[in-house]
Amino acid sequence: MSKVLMKGNEAIARAAMKAGLDCFFGYPITPQNEVPEYLSKLMLDEGKVFVQAESEVSAINMVYGAAGAGKRVMTSSSSVGIALKQEGISYLCGAELPCVIGSVMRGGPGLGSIQPSQGDYYQATRGGGNGDYNVVVLAPESVQETVDLMKEAFDIADQYRNPVMVLADGLIGQMMEAVDLDRPVKERKLPPKTWASTGTRNHEGRNIINSLFLQAQDLEAHNLRLQAKYKEITKNEVQFEMINMENPDYVIVAYGTTARICRSAIQSLAENGVNVGMIRPITLWPYPKKAFDLIPKTTKGILVAEMSHGQMLDDVLISNKGRFPVAFYGRSGGMVPEPEEIVEAILTFDERVVD
Amino acid sequence: MIKYERSAGLTTNATHYCPGCTHGILHKIVAEVLDELNVLDKTIGIASVGCSVLSYDYFNCDMQQAAHGRACALATGVKRSLPDSVVFTYQGDGDLASIGIAETLHAANRGENFTVIYANNTTYGMTGGQMAPTTLIGQKTTTSQDGRVLAQHGNPIKMAEILAQIDGTAYVERVMLTDVGNIRKTKRAIKKAFTYQLEGRGFTLIEVLSTCPVNWRMDPFAAMERVKEEMVPVFPLGVFKDVMKDD
Repeated sequence: MSKVLMKGNEAIARAAMKAGLDCFFGYPITPQNEVPEYLSKLMLDEGKVFVQAESEVSAINMVYGAAGAGKRVMTSSSSVGIALKQEGISYLCGAELPCVIGSVMRGGPGLGSIQPSQGDYYQATRGGGNGDYNVVVLAPESVQETVDLMKEAFDIADQYRNPVMVLADGLIGQMMEAVDLDRPVKERKLPPKTWASTGTRNHEGRNIINSLFLQAQDLEAHNLRLQAKYKEITKNEVQFEMINMENPDYVIVAYGTTARICRSAIQSLAENGVNVGMIRPITLWPYPKKAFDLIPKTTKGILVAEMSHGQMLDDVLISNKGRFPVAFYGRSGGMVPEPEEIVEAILTFDERVVD
Repeated sequence: MIKYERSAGLTTNATHYCPGCTHGILHKIVAEVLDELNVLDKTIGIASVGCSVLSYDYFNCDMQQAAHGRACALATGVKRSLPDSVVFTYQGDGDLASIGIAETLHAANRGENFTVIYANNTTYGMTGGQMAPTTLIGQKTTTSQDGRVLAQHGNPIKMAEILAQIDGTAYVERVMLTDVGNIRKTKRAIKKAFTYQLEGRGFTLIEVLSTCPVNWRMDPFAAMERVKEEMVPVFPLGVFKDVMKDD
């Protein structure tokens, strides 16, 4: 198919349409406003549901209602807005409702800034809702990958009855690239939504969408079912990319926009005789722990680069299991690192090693 | 001959409601109306947080359980997804008038075509009788132990009157369940609300003055008397909005 030039945010919207989006519920917040803006037109033109909610809280709960009714549903937001959605995300996980959440990260904490950031890694992978739950988190590094992952996100959500977050940052949301909207995604056999509350005329018995289990043994059993599902997702859905991993001197671990910057850094390091590889996690949850087993033993160390002050760093330390020295380089507040800064970080690796 | 059968709109589960609480009567009325309108098999009810949190075990239709205050947001999501279905929320005053007031007002303002059954008993029942936005001046609760004070807590909030101001509402009535006559009036009001929904007229809400004998520290009869004597003067009964009446 022919390629078209579009912004990351438009790509989120158009890829969702391609994936058969039935309903969108959202609230304006920079830097993701183009997502609801495009969808407000595209969805209504196709006779689908678009509601601009009165709040982020309301939007995620509209998602709950529509997902519970068996529809393909999404919302999108950014940092401070995702913070408000955390209650709803916990309920969606508890009630096992599939949906897609677009999250375009900006600077924090608090109102922070509207510039790109990766300060919401914890928010995405650990979450702020209550209880033992996990959201699948997909982190694209380009507009094309945003399209591909958005489409896949709906399938993963439906396959496992779980929310899936596509975590981009303000840079990916705002930059324009040529994309093919019709690249095929992995074929999956999706289970029919026999559990949806669509009225008893449509199914046997009553369908109840619920996350309340008042008896301790019932709630624990529910939690164990969820844990078994998360284990299944961890087994099946890990995605990552290994770049230049044949006998590297150092390995960078970076995702999203930072990974792109590191690609350039790796190139200039190679020109200076330093051989650096990269692990690029695509799923942030489940985290690609097994990628770390593939790092050659001769590697001198791992540099984690993030547009934050060290959040994914935790997962790297867990996955590394103490095998290699780990160093960190981070910028925040909307400051985007230059490739030269990553080069410098590698050249001063020993000074940056974290405990 | 059996005169009072269990409505087809109720499951056979025993309810957990306290003796003298009006949730039982109100559940029965909603169930009967859904059955009489022959819409049970296309109804999705939204249970809220509060004493009625388990209403998904009692109404004999598909149900969704909402986070505290979010019932009208869920109902929006369901009804927009399935416009041919019948959707209702069943909420208390803490849920609807306090933590969920934004969801309620904006659903009403959008004219969302679903029905809200709003049980107002002037307290947070399930959590043990704390002050609600509807608590009467002078009413003692576990968080207003010397009684609600106007200067400190403000006046009880009147949702029926507020919602009647909003263009998107089609029908708003306040009723009570203190005697047979009023129970029949309540049923007529609820049936009208669901009928308006079936006719696509927009947001409908029935505020039902309800009892909470346990948290009011009253016996059921005294609680019924309190509704008439203390609540009605603050929350007057009647139709506050009816789009089909031009006067």
